Amino acid sequence: MKTDRATKHSHKLLLYGVLLVCCIPFVFPTWWMATASLKPVNEIFAFPPTLLPQSVTLDAYRQVFELQPFGRQYLNSCYIAVVVTLGTLVVSSLAGYAFARIKFRGAGVVFIVVLAGLLVPNEVTIIPLYRMFDSLGLVNTHWPLILIPMLGAPSVLATFIMRQFFITLPRELEEAGRVDGLGRLGLFWQVSLPLARPAVGAVAIFTFLHSWNLYLEPIVFLSSKEKFTIPQALTQYVDAYGGALWNVQLAAATMSALPVLIIFVLAQRQFVEGLAQTGLKG
Amino acid sequence: MTLLLEKQVAPPAGPARAPYWTMRRRDELAGWLFIAPQLAGIVAFVIVPLGLVVWYSLHEWNVLAGTFEFVGGANYQALTDDPRLGPALRATGLFSVGLVVLNLSLALFLAVLLNQKLRGTVFFRTLFFSPVVVTLVAWTIVWGFLLQDNGGVNGFLSQLGVDGPNWLRGDATAMISVIVVQLFKGVGLNMVLFLAALQGVPAELYEAARLDGASAWARFRRVTVPLISPTILLTSILTIVGSLQVFAQIAVLTQGGPGTSTTVLVYYLYQQAFQFHHFGYGATISLLLFAIVLGLTVLQWRMRRRWVFHED
Repeated sequence: MKTDRATKHSHKLLLYGVLLVCCIPFVFPTWWMATASLKPVNEIFAFPPTLLPQSVTLDAYRQVFELQPFGRQYLNSCYIAVVVTLGTLVVSSLAGYAFARIKFRGAGVVFIVVLAGLLVPNEVTIIPLYRMFDSLGLVNTHWPLILIPMLGAPSVLATFIMRQFFITLPRELEEAGRVDGLGRLGLFWQVSLPLARPAVGAVAIFTFLHSWNLYLEPIVFLSSKEKFTIPQALTQYVDAYGGALWNVQLAAATMSALPVLIIFVLAQRQFVEGLAQTGLKG
Repeated sequence: MTLLLEKQVAPPAGPARAPYWTMRRRDELAGWLFIAPQLAGIVAFVIVPLGLVVWYSLHEWNVLAGTFEFVGGANYQALTDDPRLGPALRATGLFSVGLVVLNLSLALFLAVLLNQKLRGTVFFRTLFFSPVVVTLVAWTIVWGFLLQDNGGVNGFLSQLGVDGPNWLRGDATAMISVIVVQLFKGVGLNMVLFLAALQGVPAELYEAARLDGASAWARFRRVTVPLISPTILLTSILTIVGSLQVFAQIAVLTQGGPGTSTTVLVYYLYQQAFQFHHFGYGATISLLLFAIVLGLTVLQWRMRRRWVFHED
Protein backbone atom coordinates (compact mmCIF):
# COMPACT_ATOMS: atom_id res chain seq x y z
CA MET A 1 0.00 0.00 0.00
CA LYS A 2 2.71 2.39 1.04
CA THR A 3 4.93 1.57 -1.93
CA ASP A 4 1.90 2.00 -4.15
CA ARG A 5 1.48 5.54 -2.83
CA ALA A 6 5.19 6.15 -3.25
CA THR A 7 5.18 5.09 -6.92
CA LYS A 8 2.11 7.30 -7.45
CA HIS A 9 4.02 10.16 -5.90
CA SER A 10 7.11 9.72 -8.05
CA HIS A 11 4.86 9.25 -11.08
CA LYS A 12 3.35 12.68 -10.35
CA LEU A 13 6.75 14.28 -9.90
CA LEU A 14 7.84 12.85 -13.24
CA LEU A 15 4.74 14.29 -14.91
CA TYR A 16 5.43 17.74 -13.49
CA GLY A 17 9.03 17.48 -14.63
CA VAL A 18 7.99 16.61 -18.18
CA LEU A 19 5.43 19.41 -18.23
CA LEU A 20 7.97 21.96 -17.01
CA VAL A 21 10.54 20.99 -19.64
CA CYS A 22 7.88 21.03 -22.37
CA CYS A 23 6.91 24.56 -21.35
CA ILE A 24 10.25 26.14 -22.18
CA PRO A 25 9.89 26.61 -25.96
CA PHE A 26 6.33 27.88 -25.47
CA VAL A 27 7.02 30.39 -22.74
CA PHE A 28 10.64 31.47 -23.08
CA PRO A 29 10.29 33.38 -26.41
CA THR A 30 7.48 35.56 -25.10
CA TRP A 31 9.24 36.11 -21.78
CA TRP A 32 12.46 36.91 -23.56
CA MET A 33 10.74 39.33 -25.95
CA ALA A 34 9.22 41.32 -23.10
CA THR A 35 12.31 41.41 -20.89
CA ALA A 36 14.87 41.95 -23.66
CA SER A 37 12.93 44.97 -24.89
CA LEU A 38 13.86 46.65 -21.58
CA LYS A 39 17.58 45.87 -21.91
CA PRO A 40 20.27 48.10 -23.39
CA VAL A 41 21.46 46.79 -26.79
CA ASN A 42 24.72 45.30 -25.53
CA GLU A 43 22.89 43.25 -22.91
CA ILE A 44 20.51 41.77 -25.49
CA PHE A 45 23.51 40.05 -27.01
CA ALA A 46 24.92 38.94 -23.65
CA PHE A 47 26.11 35.34 -23.65
CA PRO A 48 24.48 33.47 -21.93
CA PRO A 49 21.23 35.48 -22.15
CA THR A 50 20.03 37.09 -18.92
CA LEU A 51 16.57 36.17 -17.70
CA LEU A 52 15.90 39.59 -16.19
CA PRO A 53 17.30 42.91 -17.44
CA GLN A 54 20.33 43.96 -15.36
CA SER A 55 19.74 47.63 -16.14
CA VAL A 56 16.30 48.71 -17.33
CA THR A 57 15.98 51.24 -20.15
CA LEU A 58 12.96 52.46 -22.09
CA ASP A 59 15.18 53.68 -24.90
CA ALA A 60 13.88 51.12 -27.39
CA TYR A 61 10.28 52.06 -26.63
CA ARG A 62 11.07 55.72 -27.38
CA GLN A 63 12.69 54.77 -30.70
CA VAL A 64 9.67 52.68 -31.72
CA PHE A 65 7.64 55.88 -31.96
CA GLU A 66 10.44 58.04 -33.37
CA LEU A 67 11.32 55.83 -36.33
CA GLN A 68 7.77 55.19 -37.53
CA PRO A 69 4.25 56.51 -36.85
CA PHE A 70 3.77 53.47 -34.61
CA GLY A 71 0.86 54.96 -32.64
CA ARG A 72 -1.00 55.47 -35.88
CA GLN A 73 -0.14 51.96 -37.10
CA TYR A 74 -1.30 50.51 -33.80
CA LEU A 75 -4.59 52.35 -34.11
CA ASN A 76 -4.96 51.05 -37.70
CA SER A 77 -4.61 47.44 -36.56
CA CYS A 78 -7.00 48.00 -33.64
CA TYR A 79 -9.80 49.61 -35.59
CA ILE A 80 -9.49 47.23 -38.56
CA ALA A 81 -9.65 44.20 -36.25
CA VAL A 82 -12.66 45.60 -34.36
CA VAL A 83 -14.59 46.50 -37.51
CA VAL A 84 -13.82 43.13 -39.12
CA THR A 85 -14.86 41.27 -35.97
CA LEU A 86 -18.15 43.11 -35.57
CA GLY A 87 -18.91 42.88 -39.29
CA THR A 88 -18.10 39.17 -39.41
CA LEU A 89 -20.38 38.55 -36.42
CA VAL A 90 -23.29 40.26 -38.19
CA VAL A 91 -22.70 38.53 -41.54
CA SER A 92 -22.00 35.07 -40.13
CA SER A 93 -24.72 34.96 -37.47
CA LEU A 94 -27.39 36.04 -39.97
CA ALA A 95 -26.25 33.55 -42.61
CA GLY A 96 -25.61 30.77 -40.08
CA TYR A 97 -29.07 31.29 -38.63
CA ALA A 98 -30.73 31.17 -42.04
CA PHE A 99 -28.93 27.95 -43.03
CA ALA A 100 -29.79 26.30 -39.72
CA ARG A 101 -33.34 27.38 -39.01
CA ILE A 102 -35.11 28.80 -42.05
CA LYS A 103 -36.47 26.51 -44.74
CA PHE A 104 -36.25 28.33 -48.03
CA ARG A 105 -35.93 27.28 -51.65
CA GLY A 106 -32.36 27.26 -52.91
CA ALA A 107 -30.84 26.99 -49.45
CA GLY A 108 -29.03 23.76 -50.35
CA VAL A 109 -27.39 25.16 -53.47
CA VAL A 110 -26.44 28.42 -51.76
CA PHE A 111 -24.94 26.50 -48.86
CA ILE A 112 -22.66 24.60 -51.21
CA VAL A 113 -21.64 27.84 -52.95
CA VAL A 114 -20.80 29.40 -49.58
CA LEU A 115 -18.95 26.30 -48.36
CA ALA A 116 -16.77 26.52 -51.45
CA GLY A 117 -15.27 29.57 -49.76
CA LEU A 118 -13.76 27.24 -47.15
CA LEU A 119 -11.73 25.48 -49.81
CA VAL A 120 -10.19 28.56 -51.39
CA PRO A 121 -7.22 29.96 -49.46
CA ASN A 122 -6.78 33.74 -49.62
CA GLU A 123 -3.42 33.30 -51.28
CA VAL A 124 -5.05 31.72 -54.33
CA THR A 125 -7.17 34.79 -55.07
CA ILE A 126 -4.77 37.53 -53.98
CA ILE A 127 -3.77 38.51 -57.57
CA PRO A 128 -7.31 39.13 -58.91
CA LEU A 129 -8.34 40.75 -55.62
CA TYR A 130 -5.41 43.12 -55.95
CA ARG A 131 -6.43 43.97 -59.53
CA MET A 132 -10.08 44.44 -58.51
CA PHE A 133 -9.30 46.81 -55.65
CA ASP A 134 -6.73 48.56 -57.82
CA SER A 135 -9.30 49.25 -60.54
CA LEU A 136 -11.63 50.70 -57.87
CA GLY A 137 -8.83 52.98 -56.67
CA LEU A 138 -8.84 51.28 -53.26
CA VAL A 139 -5.23 50.07 -53.15
CA ASN A 140 -3.33 51.69 -50.27
CA THR A 141 -6.57 52.06 -48.33
CA HIS A 142 -7.86 49.85 -45.54
CA TRP A 143 -10.92 48.73 -47.50
CA PRO A 144 -9.41 45.45 -48.81
CA LEU A 145 -8.26 44.52 -45.29
CA ILE A 146 -11.79 45.07 -43.98
CA LEU A 147 -14.06 43.87 -46.79
CA ILE A 148 -12.26 40.67 -47.82
CA PRO A 149 -12.06 39.06 -44.34
CA MET A 150 -15.52 40.31 -43.36
CA LEU A 151 -17.42 39.04 -46.41
CA GLY A 152 -15.04 36.67 -48.18
CA ALA A 153 -13.51 33.29 -47.45
CA PRO A 154 -12.52 33.87 -43.78
CA SER A 155 -16.13 34.64 -42.80
CA VAL A 156 -17.31 31.29 -44.18
CA LEU A 157 -15.78 29.39 -41.28
CA ALA A 158 -17.61 31.77 -38.94
CA THR A 159 -20.89 31.16 -40.75
CA PHE A 160 -20.33 27.42 -40.56
CA ILE A 161 -19.68 27.54 -36.80
CA MET A 162 -22.76 29.69 -36.21
CA ARG A 163 -24.85 27.29 -38.29
CA GLN A 164 -23.60 24.28 -36.36
CA PHE A 165 -24.58 26.03 -33.15
CA PHE A 166 -28.03 27.22 -34.25
CA ILE A 167 -28.87 23.68 -35.45
CA THR A 168 -28.62 22.40 -31.87
CA LEU A 169 -31.22 24.83 -30.49
CA PRO A 170 -34.56 23.12 -29.70
CA ARG A 171 -37.53 23.91 -31.95
CA GLU A 172 -39.87 24.64 -29.05
CA LEU A 173 -38.01 27.83 -28.15
CA GLU A 174 -38.81 29.47 -31.45
CA GLU A 175 -42.37 28.15 -31.49
CA ALA A 176 -42.96 29.89 -28.16
CA GLY A 177 -41.55 33.06 -29.70
CA ARG A 178 -43.86 32.75 -32.69
CA VAL A 179 -46.88 32.47 -30.41
CA ASP A 180 -45.77 35.74 -28.87
CA GLY A 181 -45.96 37.27 -32.33
CA LEU A 182 -42.30 37.52 -33.21
CA GLY A 183 -41.23 37.66 -36.86
CA ARG A 184 -38.06 36.10 -38.24
CA LEU A 185 -35.85 39.01 -37.24
CA GLY A 186 -37.37 38.97 -33.76
CA LEU A 187 -36.85 35.23 -33.41
CA PHE A 188 -33.24 35.62 -34.51
CA TRP A 189 -32.40 38.68 -32.43
CA GLN A 190 -34.42 38.06 -29.27
CA VAL A 191 -34.57 34.28 -28.97
CA SER A 192 -31.73 32.52 -30.79
CA LEU A 193 -28.81 34.95 -30.83
CA PRO A 194 -28.74 35.49 -27.03
CA LEU A 195 -28.48 31.70 -26.65
CA ALA A 196 -25.59 31.55 -29.11
CA ARG A 197 -23.22 33.49 -26.87
CA PRO A 198 -20.53 30.74 -26.74
CA ALA A 199 -20.41 30.53 -30.52
CA VAL A 200 -20.40 34.33 -30.83
CA GLY A 201 -17.48 34.45 -28.40
CA ALA A 202 -15.50 31.84 -30.31
CA VAL A 203 -16.09 33.54 -33.66
CA ALA A 204 -15.16 36.94 -32.18
CA ILE A 205 -11.88 35.62 -30.77
CA PHE A 206 -10.64 33.83 -33.87
CA THR A 207 -11.76 36.64 -36.18
CA PHE A 208 -9.92 39.23 -34.10
CA LEU A 209 -6.74 37.11 -33.99
CA HIS A 210 -6.94 36.44 -37.72
CA SER A 211 -7.22 40.13 -38.56
CA TRP A 212 -4.53 41.10 -36.03
CA ASN A 213 -2.06 38.61 -37.59
CA LEU A 214 -2.77 39.33 -41.25
CA TYR A 215 0.52 39.82 -43.10
CA LEU A 216 0.36 38.97 -46.82
CA GLU A 217 -2.66 41.23 -47.49
CA PRO A 218 -1.21 44.35 -45.82
CA ILE A 219 2.13 44.04 -47.62
CA VAL A 220 0.33 43.56 -50.93
CA PHE A 221 -2.27 46.29 -50.51
CA LEU A 222 -0.56 48.99 -48.41
CA SER A 223 2.41 51.13 -49.37
CA SER A 224 2.49 54.22 -47.14
CA LYS A 225 3.73 53.98 -43.57
CA GLU A 226 0.78 55.79 -41.98
CA LYS A 227 -1.52 53.13 -43.43
CA PHE A 228 0.55 50.14 -42.25
CA THR A 229 -0.74 47.59 -39.76
CA ILE A 230 1.32 46.27 -36.84
CA PRO A 231 2.73 43.00 -38.29
CA GLN A 232 3.93 44.89 -41.34
CA ALA A 233 5.36 47.73 -39.23
CA LEU A 234 7.31 45.36 -36.97
CA THR A 235 9.64 44.28 -39.76
CA GLN A 236 10.45 47.86 -40.79
CA TYR A 237 12.74 48.65 -37.86
CA VAL A 238 16.04 48.16 -39.68
CA ASP A 239 19.26 50.15 -39.92
CA ALA A 240 20.67 51.72 -43.08
CA TYR A 241 22.12 48.35 -44.17
CA GLY A 242 18.89 46.43 -43.70
CA GLY A 243 20.05 44.86 -40.44
CA ALA A 244 17.39 44.48 -37.77
CA LEU A 245 17.35 46.99 -34.88
CA TRP A 246 16.74 44.17 -32.44
CA ASN A 247 15.95 46.19 -29.34
CA VAL A 248 13.43 48.34 -31.24
CA GLN A 249 11.85 45.34 -33.00
CA LEU A 250 11.49 43.53 -29.70
CA ALA A 251 9.93 46.59 -28.01
CA ALA A 252 7.42 47.00 -30.84
CA ALA A 253 6.75 43.24 -30.86
CA THR A 254 6.10 43.34 -27.12
CA MET A 255 3.63 46.20 -27.54
CA SER A 256 1.84 44.27 -30.28
CA ALA A 257 1.56 41.10 -28.22
CA LEU A 258 0.98 42.26 -24.66
CA PRO A 259 -2.61 43.58 -24.88
CA VAL A 260 -3.93 40.37 -26.46
CA LEU A 261 -1.80 38.28 -24.09
CA ILE A 262 -3.14 40.11 -21.02
CA ILE A 263 -6.76 39.75 -22.15
CA PHE A 264 -6.02 36.08 -22.80
CA VAL A 265 -4.63 35.50 -19.30
CA LEU A 266 -7.65 37.25 -17.76
CA ALA A 267 -10.21 35.44 -19.89
CA GLN A 268 -8.31 32.26 -20.72
CA ARG A 269 -11.26 29.96 -20.01
CA GLN A 270 -13.44 31.72 -22.57
CA PHE A 271 -10.54 31.73 -25.04
CA VAL A 272 -9.65 28.09 -24.73
CA GLU A 273 -13.16 26.70 -24.41
CA GLY A 274 -14.49 29.00 -27.10
CA LEU A 275 -11.84 27.89 -29.56
CA ALA A 276 -12.26 24.25 -28.53
CA GLN A 277 -15.91 24.61 -29.36
CA THR A 278 -15.16 25.78 -32.88
CA GLY A 279 -13.36 22.51 -33.44
CA LEU A 280 -15.84 20.31 -31.67
CA LYS A 281 -18.90 21.61 -33.41
CA GLY A 282 -17.21 22.24 -36.75
CA MET B 1 -75.01 39.09 -27.02
CA THR B 2 -74.65 40.94 -30.28
CA LEU B 3 -70.93 40.67 -29.90
CA LEU B 4 -71.15 36.92 -29.68
CA LEU B 5 -73.39 36.80 -32.71
CA GLU B 6 -71.03 38.93 -34.74
CA LYS B 7 -68.18 36.63 -33.95
CA GLN B 8 -70.05 33.61 -35.16
CA VAL B 9 -70.97 35.30 -38.37
CA ALA B 10 -67.66 37.01 -38.94
CA PRO B 11 -65.90 34.55 -41.27
CA PRO B 12 -67.20 35.49 -44.69
CA ALA B 13 -68.88 32.86 -46.76
CA GLY B 14 -67.02 31.54 -49.79
CA PRO B 15 -63.26 31.11 -50.25
CA ALA B 16 -61.31 33.59 -48.10
CA ARG B 17 -58.80 35.72 -49.96
CA ALA B 18 -55.50 34.20 -48.89
CA PRO B 19 -53.07 36.83 -47.59
CA TYR B 20 -50.08 37.22 -49.89
CA TRP B 21 -47.55 37.25 -47.05
CA THR B 22 -47.99 33.73 -45.74
CA MET B 23 -45.49 32.43 -43.23
CA ARG B 24 -43.86 30.42 -45.98
CA ARG B 25 -43.34 33.45 -48.17
CA ARG B 26 -42.06 35.53 -45.27
CA ASP B 27 -39.55 32.79 -44.45
CA GLU B 28 -38.51 32.58 -48.06
CA LEU B 29 -37.76 36.30 -48.12
CA ALA B 30 -36.14 36.30 -44.68
CA GLY B 31 -33.87 33.40 -45.66
CA TRP B 32 -32.58 35.16 -48.74
CA LEU B 33 -32.14 38.48 -46.93
CA PHE B 34 -30.24 36.83 -44.08
CA ILE B 35 -27.73 35.12 -46.34
CA ALA B 36 -27.47 38.02 -48.80
CA PRO B 37 -24.33 39.68 -47.32
CA GLN B 38 -22.46 36.38 -47.06
CA LEU B 39 -23.52 35.23 -50.51
CA ALA B 40 -22.59 38.56 -52.09
CA GLY B 41 -19.21 38.41 -50.35
CA ILE B 42 -18.48 34.91 -51.58
CA VAL B 43 -19.44 35.76 -55.14
CA ALA B 44 -17.43 39.01 -55.16
CA PHE B 45 -14.37 37.88 -53.20
CA VAL B 46 -14.11 34.15 -53.96
CA ILE B 47 -16.07 32.98 -57.03
CA VAL B 48 -15.35 35.93 -59.34
CA PRO B 49 -11.64 36.10 -58.34
CA LEU B 50 -11.35 32.36 -58.88
CA GLY B 51 -12.72 32.80 -62.39
CA LEU B 52 -10.30 35.67 -62.96
CA VAL B 53 -7.36 33.53 -61.83
CA VAL B 54 -8.21 31.06 -64.60
CA TRP B 55 -8.55 33.92 -67.12
CA TYR B 56 -5.27 35.56 -66.07
CA SER B 57 -3.45 32.23 -66.24
CA LEU B 58 -4.16 32.14 -69.99
CA HIS B 59 -2.44 35.49 -70.49
CA GLU B 60 1.05 36.86 -70.54
CA TRP B 61 0.65 39.80 -68.18
CA ASN B 62 3.61 41.91 -67.16
CA VAL B 63 2.33 44.88 -65.20
CA LEU B 64 5.59 46.82 -65.42
CA ALA B 65 5.82 46.45 -69.19
CA GLY B 66 2.07 46.98 -69.54
CA THR B 67 1.57 43.88 -71.69
CA PHE B 68 -1.55 41.69 -71.52
CA GLU B 69 -1.92 39.18 -74.31
CA PHE B 70 -3.64 35.84 -74.71
CA VAL B 71 -1.12 33.01 -74.76
CA GLY B 72 -3.31 29.97 -74.18
CA GLY B 73 -1.49 27.23 -72.30
CA ALA B 74 1.93 28.87 -72.45
CA ASN B 75 1.98 29.64 -68.73
CA TYR B 76 1.17 26.03 -67.94
CA GLN B 77 3.96 24.92 -70.25
CA ALA B 78 6.28 27.39 -68.49
CA LEU B 79 5.21 25.98 -65.16
CA THR B 80 6.22 22.45 -66.09
CA ASP B 81 9.54 23.75 -67.47
CA ASP B 82 10.24 26.03 -64.51
CA PRO B 83 13.42 24.83 -62.75
CA ARG B 84 12.21 26.60 -59.59
CA LEU B 85 8.90 24.75 -59.39
CA GLY B 86 10.39 21.45 -58.26
CA PRO B 87 12.26 22.99 -55.33
CA ALA B 88 9.16 25.01 -54.38
CA LEU B 89 6.98 21.89 -54.32
CA ARG B 90 9.66 20.04 -52.39
CA ALA B 91 9.91 22.85 -49.81
CA THR B 92 6.13 23.00 -49.49
CA GLY B 93 5.90 19.24 -49.04
CA LEU B 94 8.74 19.14 -46.49
CA PHE B 95 7.20 21.96 -44.48
CA SER B 96 3.69 20.48 -44.53
CA VAL B 97 4.65 16.91 -43.74
CA GLY B 98 7.14 17.95 -41.06
CA LEU B 99 4.72 20.34 -39.44
CA VAL B 100 1.69 18.07 -39.52
CA VAL B 101 3.52 15.05 -38.10
CA LEU B 102 5.24 17.04 -35.34
CA ASN B 103 2.23 19.19 -34.56
CA LEU B 104 -0.30 16.38 -34.23
CA SER B 105 1.99 14.13 -32.19
CA LEU B 106 3.09 16.90 -29.84
CA ALA B 107 -0.49 18.18 -29.48
CA LEU B 108 -1.77 14.70 -28.66
CA PHE B 109 1.13 14.05 -26.27
CA LEU B 110 0.50 17.29 -24.37
CA ALA B 111 -3.26 16.71 -24.32
CA VAL B 112 -2.80 13.25 -22.82
CA LEU B 113 -0.40 14.70 -20.24
CA LEU B 114 -2.87 17.42 -19.29
CA ASN B 115 -5.76 14.97 -19.19
CA GLN B 116 -4.24 13.27 -16.10
CA LYS B 117 -5.74 13.91 -12.71
CA LEU B 118 -3.16 16.46 -11.72
CA ARG B 119 -3.24 19.83 -9.99
CA GLY B 120 -2.30 22.82 -12.08
CA THR B 121 -3.22 21.41 -15.48
CA VAL B 122 -5.18 24.58 -16.28
CA PHE B 123 -2.05 26.60 -15.57
CA PHE B 124 0.04 24.47 -17.91
CA ARG B 125 -2.70 24.50 -20.53
CA THR B 126 -2.59 28.32 -20.43
CA LEU B 127 1.19 28.31 -20.93
CA PHE B 128 1.10 25.88 -23.88
CA PHE B 129 -1.74 27.81 -25.47
CA SER B 130 -0.27 31.28 -24.98
CA PRO B 131 1.75 31.45 -28.26
CA VAL B 132 -1.55 31.13 -30.17
CA VAL B 133 -2.46 34.66 -29.05
CA VAL B 134 0.98 36.24 -29.55
CA THR B 135 1.08 38.28 -32.78
CA LEU B 136 2.42 35.95 -35.48
CA VAL B 137 5.12 38.30 -36.75
CA ALA B 138 6.16 39.22 -33.19
CA TRP B 139 6.61 35.52 -32.39
CA THR B 140 8.58 35.04 -35.60
CA ILE B 141 10.84 38.02 -34.90
CA VAL B 142 11.75 36.73 -31.43
CA TRP B 143 12.59 33.30 -32.82
CA GLY B 144 14.56 34.96 -35.59
CA PHE B 145 16.71 36.52 -32.92
CA LEU B 146 17.00 33.34 -30.88
CA LEU B 147 18.03 31.31 -33.95
CA GLN B 148 20.83 33.67 -35.05
CA ASP B 149 24.39 32.43 -35.05
CA ASN B 150 25.03 34.19 -31.74
CA GLY B 151 21.42 33.90 -30.53
CA GLY B 152 19.81 32.30 -27.52
CA VAL B 153 19.39 28.79 -28.91
CA ASN B 154 23.09 28.43 -29.66
CA GLY B 155 23.88 30.10 -26.33
CA PHE B 156 21.89 27.37 -24.63
CA LEU B 157 23.55 24.65 -26.73
CA SER B 158 27.03 25.98 -25.92
CA GLN B 159 26.20 25.57 -22.23
CA LEU B 160 25.64 21.90 -23.02
CA GLY B 161 28.96 21.80 -24.87
CA VAL B 162 27.35 21.64 -28.32
CA ASP B 163 28.42 23.98 -31.11
CA GLY B 164 25.13 24.95 -32.77
CA PRO B 165 24.85 25.71 -36.50
CA ASN B 166 23.76 29.03 -38.01
CA TRP B 167 20.18 27.82 -38.10
CA LEU B 168 18.61 30.20 -40.60
CA ARG B 169 21.53 30.09 -43.07
CA GLY B 170 21.87 26.34 -43.57
CA ASP B 171 19.92 24.51 -46.30
CA ALA B 172 18.56 21.82 -44.00
CA THR B 173 18.44 23.75 -40.74
CA ALA B 174 16.52 26.71 -42.22
CA MET B 175 13.57 24.48 -43.06
CA ILE B 176 13.76 22.78 -39.66
CA SER B 177 13.80 26.22 -38.01
CA VAL B 178 10.72 27.46 -39.85
CA ILE B 179 8.86 24.26 -38.95
CA VAL B 180 9.82 24.51 -35.28
CA VAL B 181 8.82 28.18 -35.03
CA GLN B 182 5.41 27.40 -36.51
CA LEU B 183 5.08 24.22 -34.41
CA PHE B 184 5.29 26.00 -31.06
CA LYS B 185 3.10 28.85 -32.30
CA GLY B 186 0.17 26.68 -33.27
CA VAL B 187 0.32 23.41 -31.36
CA GLY B 188 -1.71 24.84 -28.45
CA LEU B 189 -4.82 25.06 -30.57
CA ASN B 190 -4.71 21.41 -31.63
CA MET B 191 -3.87 20.44 -28.04
CA VAL B 192 -7.06 22.14 -26.84
CA LEU B 193 -9.12 20.37 -29.50
CA PHE B 194 -7.61 17.03 -28.45
CA LEU B 195 -8.21 17.79 -24.76
CA ALA B 196 -11.88 18.45 -25.46
CA ALA B 197 -12.10 15.17 -27.38
CA LEU B 198 -10.27 13.20 -24.67
CA GLN B 199 -12.71 14.44 -22.06
CA GLY B 200 -15.49 12.92 -24.13
CA VAL B 201 -14.04 9.39 -23.93
CA PRO B 202 -16.10 7.40 -21.40
CA ALA B 203 -14.08 6.28 -18.36
CA GLU B 204 -15.80 2.86 -18.39
CA LEU B 205 -13.99 1.94 -21.57
CA TYR B 206 -10.62 2.48 -19.90
CA GLU B 207 -11.81 0.47 -16.89
CA ALA B 208 -12.89 -2.40 -19.11
CA ALA B 209 -9.61 -2.35 -21.03
CA ARG B 210 -7.69 -2.29 -17.76
CA LEU B 211 -9.62 -5.34 -16.52
CA ASP B 212 -8.74 -7.11 -19.74
CA GLY B 213 -5.12 -6.47 -18.83
CA ALA B 214 -4.39 -3.95 -21.60
CA SER B 215 -1.20 -1.95 -21.09
CA ALA B 216 -1.23 1.85 -21.08
CA TRP B 217 0.03 1.89 -24.66
CA ALA B 218 -2.59 -0.64 -25.77
CA ARG B 219 -5.32 1.40 -24.05
CA PHE B 220 -4.08 4.48 -25.88
CA ARG B 221 -3.99 2.75 -29.27
CA ARG B 222 -7.14 0.67 -28.95
CA VAL B 223 -9.39 3.00 -26.97
CA THR B 224 -8.20 6.59 -27.13
CA VAL B 225 -7.11 6.89 -30.75
CA PRO B 226 -10.22 5.31 -32.33
CA LEU B 227 -12.56 7.35 -30.16
CA ILE B 228 -10.93 10.68 -30.90
CA SER B 229 -10.34 9.89 -34.58
CA PRO B 230 -12.90 12.48 -35.79
CA THR B 231 -10.84 15.15 -34.02
CA ILE B 232 -7.63 13.73 -35.50
CA LEU B 233 -9.18 14.07 -38.95
CA LEU B 234 -10.34 17.62 -38.28
CA THR B 235 -7.01 18.80 -36.87
CA SER B 236 -5.06 17.16 -39.66
CA ILE B 237 -7.17 18.88 -42.32
CA LEU B 238 -6.90 22.26 -40.58
CA THR B 239 -3.16 21.87 -40.01
CA ILE B 240 -2.37 20.73 -43.56
CA VAL B 241 -4.41 23.47 -45.22
CA GLY B 242 -2.87 25.99 -42.80
CA SER B 243 0.65 24.72 -43.51
CA LEU B 244 0.18 25.20 -47.26
CA GLN B 245 -0.56 28.86 -46.58
CA VAL B 246 2.58 29.63 -44.58
CA PHE B 247 3.96 32.99 -45.66
CA ALA B 248 4.74 35.51 -42.90
CA GLN B 249 7.18 33.17 -41.15
CA ILE B 250 9.10 32.57 -44.38
CA ALA B 251 9.09 36.25 -45.33
CA VAL B 252 10.36 37.33 -41.92
CA LEU B 253 12.77 34.49 -41.08
CA THR B 254 14.44 33.41 -44.32
CA GLN B 255 13.00 35.26 -47.36
CA GLY B 256 12.82 31.86 -48.98
CA GLY B 257 16.52 31.20 -48.52
CA PRO B 258 19.19 30.10 -48.24
CA GLY B 259 19.03 29.59 -51.98
CA THR B 260 15.51 28.36 -52.55
CA SER B 261 15.45 25.89 -49.66
CA THR B 262 12.48 27.55 -47.90
CA THR B 263 10.75 29.06 -50.93
CA VAL B 264 7.36 27.43 -50.46
CA LEU B 265 4.65 27.74 -53.09
CA VAL B 266 2.91 30.78 -51.56
CA TYR B 267 6.21 32.62 -51.22
CA TYR B 268 7.09 31.79 -54.82
CA LEU B 269 3.66 33.00 -55.90
CA TYR B 270 4.21 36.28 -54.03
CA GLN B 271 7.64 36.71 -55.64
CA GLN B 272 6.40 36.09 -59.19
CA ALA B 273 3.33 38.32 -58.89
CA PHE B 274 4.31 41.15 -56.59
CA GLN B 275 8.09 41.31 -56.90
CA PHE B 276 8.65 40.31 -60.55
CA HIS B 277 5.18 41.57 -61.66
CA HIS B 278 4.36 38.45 -63.66
CA PHE B 279 0.67 38.36 -62.86
CA GLY B 280 -0.28 35.79 -65.50
CA TYR B 281 2.34 33.32 -64.36
CA GLY B 282 1.49 34.08 -60.73
CA ALA B 283 -2.13 33.19 -61.48
CA THR B 284 -0.99 29.84 -62.87
CA ILE B 285 0.89 29.13 -59.64
CA SER B 286 -2.24 30.17 -57.70
CA LEU B 287 -4.24 27.54 -59.55
CA LEU B 288 -1.63 24.89 -58.77
CA LEU B 289 -1.86 25.82 -55.09
CA PHE B 290 -5.65 25.64 -55.26
CA ALA B 291 -5.50 22.22 -56.92
CA ILE B 292 -3.20 20.91 -54.17
CA VAL B 293 -5.39 22.26 -51.35
CA LEU B 294 -8.51 20.88 -53.00
CA GLY B 295 -6.93 17.51 -53.73
CA LEU B 296 -5.63 17.04 -50.19
CA THR B 297 -8.92 18.07 -48.59
CA VAL B 298 -10.92 15.69 -50.79
CA LEU B 299 -8.41 12.90 -50.16
CA GLN B 300 -8.61 13.33 -46.39
CA TRP B 301 -12.37 13.47 -46.54
CA ARG B 302 -12.50 10.28 -48.61
CA MET B 303 -10.15 8.55 -46.22
CA ARG B 304 -12.32 9.35 -43.22
CA ARG B 305 -14.24 6.08 -43.66
CA ARG B 306 -11.05 4.10 -43.38
CA TRP B 307 -9.72 5.58 -40.20
CA VAL B 308 -12.44 7.54 -38.49
CA PHE B 309 -14.27 5.42 -35.96
CA HIS B 310 -17.87 6.31 -35.22
CA GLU B 311 -19.39 5.06 -32.00
CA ASP B 312 -22.82 4.43 -33.50
